[in-house]
Amino acid sequence: MSVQVWTWILVGVTFTLYFGIAIWARAGSTKEFYVAGGGVSPLANGMATAADWMSAASFISMAGIISFAGYDGSVYLMGWTGGYVLLALLLAPYLRKFGKFTVPDFIGDRYYSNTARTVAIVCALIVSFTYVAGQMRGVGIVFSQFLQVDITLGVIIGMAVVLVFAFLGGMKGITYTQVAQYCVLIFAFMVPAFFISMQMTGNPIPQFGMGGKVEGGTFLLDKLDTLHTQLGFNEYTSGTKSTWDVFAITLALMAGTAGLPHVIVRFFTVPKVKDARKSAGYALLLIAILYTTAPAIAVFSRTNLIETVSNKEYKTIPEWFRNWENTGLIAWSDKNKDGKIQYVAGSALSGKKPVFTEKRGVNGERLISNANNAANELYVDRDIMVLANPEIANLPNWVIALVAAGGLAAALSTAAGLLLVISTSISHDLIKKQLKPDISEKGELLAARIAILVAIIIAGVFGIYPPGFVAAVVALAFGLAAASFFPAIVLGIFDKRMNKEGAIAGMVVGISLMLFYMIKYKTGLIGVMDPRPMSEWWFGTSPEGFGTFAMLVNVIISIIVSRVTPAPPKNVQEIVESIRIPSGAGEATSH
Amino acid sequence: MFMNNKKEKASAYWKENIRYLILLLTIWFLVSFGAGILFREALNEFRLGGFKLGFWFAQQGSIYVFVILIFIYVKLMNKLDKKYGYDE
Repeated sequence: MSVQVWTWILVGVTFTLYFGIAIWARAGSTKEFYVAGGGVSPLANGMATAADWMSAASFISMAGIISFAGYDGSVYLMGWTGGYVLLALLLAPYLRKFGKFTVPDFIGDRYYSNTARTVAIVCALIVSFTYVAGQMRGVGIVFSQFLQVDITLGVIIGMAVVLVFAFLGGMKGITYTQVAQYCVLIFAFMVPAFFISMQMTGNPIPQFGMGGKVEGGTFLLDKLDTLHTQLGFNEYTSGTKSTWDVFAITLALMAGTAGLPHVIVRFFTVPKVKDARKSAGYALLLIAILYTTAPAIAVFSRTNLIETVSNKEYKTIPEWFRNWENTGLIAWSDKNKDGKIQYVAGSALSGKKPVFTEKRGVNGERLISNANNAANELYVDRDIMVLANPEIANLPNWVIALVAAGGLAAALSTAAGLLLVISTSISHDLIKKQLKPDISEKGELLAARIAILVAIIIAGVFGIYPPGFVAAVVALAFGLAAASFFPAIVLGIFDKRMNKEGAIAGMVVGISLMLFYMIKYKTGLIGVMDPRPMSEWWFGTSPEGFGTFAMLVNVIISIIVSRVTPAPPKNVQEIVESIRIPSGAGEATSH
Repeated sequence: MFMNNKKEKASAYWKENIRYLILLLTIWFLVSFGAGILFREALNEFRLGGFKLGFWFAQQGSIYVFVILIFIYVKLMNKLDKKYGYDE
């Protein structure tokens, strides 16, 4: 059977499964809608957290990014897993004991202030919206790539699917569909990895294969380092970023992970404090399976790519190369007219993406109009490394189709989790807690569902017409979370003397500083200024790593301001004492 | 008197909890920021099969240790909860 037929079958079967679960797990109360009734087992919650966490970016792009960045890619591996240690040790058990529905709930109560609550709502919305736009785009790309529909239709199908299970089931529906989605995505990620590891190193476990030997007896990584050096790239295992910047980015990603509202809220769904700790452990274990495999895939596919294309005649190149060239994700320009592909360090293009003319060259390649004069002749989009991997390794058609189903599972589960946070911020934190406290349970549930509908439409529009800044900002959502939520929550638990003045000042200064740096050095201000060059970075810190700096500023300001203003009232100090003790957590409530 | 006992118990429990956190977070820092970033060059002189050791910590080892750390924390805290009668 063809890849196309397999894709329709696998996507059809998995989607039917998700719909079935969504209908079975409909939410009847706000508690079921916000925190799945608080009765999810730690393992199920771990799986749901893992699926929630691993987005289209983790599934599709991460291995590709590492494959081109080598050692520098470690920031994502350590940053996006190490954050779970902070989450498990510093946040999850205490927030579960506190027992409310949302992060703004905690900030609002702990800092006895609606201003603090509002600041938290704004931060949650900024972080979640930037994140979800990228997900909808991912859904569209996967659909268009594998089902041969255009991206717009892909995004609309994705919106409809998320709508069904988020709208009907709320957190309960989302949690149980995410359990199924985890199984699909991890299976889809691992199967090609086993095959390729076996092919290249004779060891089916990719984590070992990465450190294993290839034909001829040299170690795979040594071979790749040698290939890199010969072609003028930096050694794969060395990287180019400064040690300080690697440090700063890793820490910002870790603290940001622990401060992301859609991750934190998952720990409100388990019955006890004990379960919250264990659940974080399961979540990281299940995430680690993908995160330790991704760097192995990166090494395999990098080696495969170089060996398949470097100095090979275009006419003899395998079929997959031309397929991806037709989608525009690979481009080749025969600058020295020898008919062979020269792949060396440096960009092959002027500008970021290839601009194709409608003509074909003498070898049959698609001609591009923006080739530069550098020696490198090849452009390869990083995103294809995972998607093209099964084809490059000549795997059976069903494996290629499986990757499509996995990519969709990853994108949909994350989008659903984020949309729920957005709708909760509006229906619960904003309407119920501030604007209309006497709203009935039914009314609140209706408001939550309307909010989700609106959020999906906005996210879909972002997905169809992606503004240039979204892609740049998604990576910085972590910096924003690290600069705002993370210190406010940790200090709220560990520093009894922390008061509303300190926390609000810290959050406002932290997130403003981060936004300022982001605009100045990364996104620019549309029509007013372009981003400033990296030579002007403060202490050589990239915008991605600046979250670490902004977080430190937040902590220092919070502590200083809190010490010169009145201590928090007695009942708040009692809240802090009570969340430090695990027993008597009761159920998550809104009161 | 009863109130006082309860308070003392809570603060003793908290102190032990903090001790565990400091210990576990020190290990967390050493495997990632230490072995994977700051001391990576030095560790790269050693090898683990086909891996340079610093590189292995950055892309594999630190993640394994993170997982183990959380499960150790779960174990320690469950024991601590029992000791102070906070388990349920």
